[in-house]
Amino acid sequence: MLSVHYVSEILPSLLAGMMMTLKIFFWTLVGALPLGMLFGLGLVSKIKPIKYVLNFYVWLMRGTPLLLQLIFVFYGLPIVSKLVFQRYDAALFAFILNYAAYFAEIFRGGLQSVDRGQYEAAKVLRLSYWQTIRKIVVPQVAKIVLPSIGNEVINLVKDSSLVYVIGIGDLLRAGNVASSRDVTLIPLVLVGVIYLLLTAACTYLLRKVEKHYAYWR
Amino acid sequence: MLKIENLTKKFNERTIIDNLSFEVDDGEILTIVGPSGAGKTTLLRCISGLERVDRGQFYVDDVQFDPYLEKGQQSTIGVVFQDYQLFPNLNVLDNVILSPQLALKMPVATAKNEALDRLKRLRLDGKEQLYPYQLSGGQKQRVAIARALAMHPKILCYDEPTSALDPELRGEVRDIIKGLKRDGITQIVVTHDMTFADEVADKQLHVVALK
Repeated sequence: MLSVHYVSEILPSLLAGMMMTLKIFFWTLVGALPLGMLFGLGLVSKIKPIKYVLNFYVWLMRGTPLLLQLIFVFYGLPIVSKLVFQRYDAALFAFILNYAAYFAEIFRGGLQSVDRGQYEAAKVLRLSYWQTIRKIVVPQVAKIVLPSIGNEVINLVKDSSLVYVIGIGDLLRAGNVASSRDVTLIPLVLVGVIYLLLTAACTYLLRKVEKHYAYWR
Repeated sequence: MLKIENLTKKFNERTIIDNLSFEVDDGEILTIVGPSGAGKTTLLRCISGLERVDRGQFYVDDVQFDPYLEKGQQSTIGVVFQDYQLFPNLNVLDNVILSPQLALKMPVATAKNEALDRLKRLRLDGKEQLYPYQLSGGQKQRVAIARALAMHPKILCYDEPTSALDPELRGEVRDIIKGLKRDGITQIVVTHDMTFADEVADKQLHVVALK
C-alpha cells in the first residue's frame, strides 16, 4: 500500500520527469507567446499574402493532432529534408509552432475587439502607429486575451505529456515506468497529484495577472 | 481662419458631400445641422482627416493643407467624438497628457501642469486619477475636451456633443463652448439639436441629404 518508504523511493525519478515537463512548458511559452502575438498582428494586417500564409499555418496547426506533429517533426522531417532534431529540440519546435497558432488566433480576436474609434482617437491626437499599438492597443488586448491565454497555459501543462511519443522522459512517462515495473498504480496517482499542483500554481499566477489588469474596465 | 473649397466626398459612387465650400473665422462657432444621413459626421471626419476626400481644398490662415495626410506635424484640428473614445486603460490625467508628450514631445512636467490647469477649469479637479469607467457621461465628455485641447488645436470639432447628455447638462456644454470661443478657438459643432445649435452658433451650415 501507500508506504512512505515506497513514495520516497520513486519520488526522485518523478521529480526528474517533472523537471522535463516544466522545461518544455516554460520554453514553449517563452517561444510561442511573442510569436503568437506577432502572427496575431499579421492575421489582422492589410497585407493579403501575409494573411493567407498565416491562415494556412493556423489551419494546419490547429487542424491536426499535436501528437501527429511531434511524430512528423522528429521522425518525418529527417526523411523529407535535411532537418534532424534532437528529441528535446524536436519537442520544443513542435510545441512552439503548435501553441503559437492557438495564441495567434486568440490575439487576432483580441485585436479585432479593440474599438476602431480608439485608433481614430489616437490618429487625431497625432499618435504614430507604433505609439498607438504600444500605449493603447497592447494594454487593451492583453486584458481581453488573458482568460483565453490562461486556458491554453493550463492545457500546455498537460499536453507536455505527449512528448512520450518521441521517447522523452517527462513526468507521466516516469510514472508509467514505475507503475509497470512495480505493478502498482501509486506512481500514477502521485503523477496526477503533481499535475494538479502544477495547474493550481498556474491558475493562481494567472489570477494574479488578471487582478493586475483589473484597475480599469 | 479655416476655409474649405469644393469639397466632394463619395462612398462607393454615392455622393455624400457635393462641392461644398465655406469658411469659419478665428474664434467663430460654426454649427452644422441637418437630418441624419445628410453627411454631417462625414463632413467632420473629412475636416479632421479621418476620411480622404475625393476633391476639395483646405486652408488654415490661407495655407493649404491636407488633413488626411498631415501626420507628424503640429495638430491644428482637435476632435471630441460622439462616444468620446477616451482610452479606458489610462486614467484621466494620462488620457490628457499622452499625446502632448508623445506627439508634441512636450516635457512631462509642462504637459502635466497644463493638464491639471485645464482639468480644473473644466471642473474635473480631484478626478485626475480616476479611470474613464468611473466617470459620468458629462465628465467623460469634459475629459475628451481637455484631451483635445492639450494638443493646442486652432480648430476644435464636436460630433453631436449633446446627444448622450441629460438635458440639464446641455447648458454646461454650451458654456464650455462659449468659454473656448473667448480663448479664440474656432469651433465646429455637428448636431441635430436645433435649439442647441441656435444657442451656440455664430454661423450655421444646413446640410441636406443628397438623392
